[in-house]
Amino acid sequence: MNRVAQPTVEGVPAYTEFHPRWYRPHVSVYWWLGGWRYLRFILRELSSVFVAAFVVVTLVGLRALRNGPDAYARFMHHLENPAVIALSTLSFFFVLFHSITWFNLAPSAMAIRFRGKRLPDVVVAAPNYVLWLVVSVAVAWLVLR
Amino acid sequence: MQKPSNEAFLWMLFSAGGVIAAFLVPVHILLFGLAFPLGWLRAPSYEHLMPLVRMPLVRIYLFLLCSVPLFHWAHRFRYTLFDGLQVKHLNEVIFTLCYGGALLGTIIAGYLLWTMA
Repeated sequence: MNRVAQPTVEGVPAYTEFHPRWYRPHVSVYWWLGGWRYLRFILRELSSVFVAAFVVVTLVGLRALRNGPDAYARFMHHLENPAVIALSTLSFFFVLFHSITWFNLAPSAMAIRFRGKRLPDVVVAAPNYVLWLVVSVAVAWLVLR
Repeated sequence: MQKPSNEAFLWMLFSAGGVIAAFLVPVHILLFGLAFPLGWLRAPSYEHLMPLVRMPLVRIYLFLLCSVPLFHWAHRFRYTLFDGLQVKHLNEVIFTLCYGGALLGTIIAGYLLWTMA
């Protein structure tokens, strides 16, 4: 099909049948291996997988509790399996990484001013760590009591 | 992509799940994943845990502990696949699997805790 070019305004390119070329630089699928910051970002995102794994194990444990003392004993025995311990260890470090990066985001998310000056990042993040300790001790106390 | 109106709500769930996971999940993994199986501490008996889990407040706590962090996972995992591995053509499938999984986990948690005798 022949398309007749329309009369154009001065300086404006005429109609073309082709889509203009976009500038889209190709990013490698392995871009996150390009530096420690990128790798740290992707590891932080992957910590969520271990959070999900924790939920799955917890649901299995709740099901065992619901099924009675024998099922609970079997569940606690399964937790001693070396593969499960390995998963727990890995999960623990990933979740710690999530907690620390999450708490340290607080100063970026809110700039608190005191007497006209912005509070240092450490002061804004610190309450998170205090609360973390309090909550953790409370949970441990309830379980171990 | 999904509608922007959805995205704000899902981001709130992501954020709330991130807070719950950051404050509560480490101590749970430390106790049940490491301290009890490795014998650092004596594991609580069934007779001790059951009355605790029966308490309404603890049930709500456990429900939130299981449910909301799953939506945190759904959000992060979806974007890890999208940005990290650039799996962009399966966007709808991944969306459905992630949030469907989180919803399924929520339903299972609700069912287990509701029917806990």
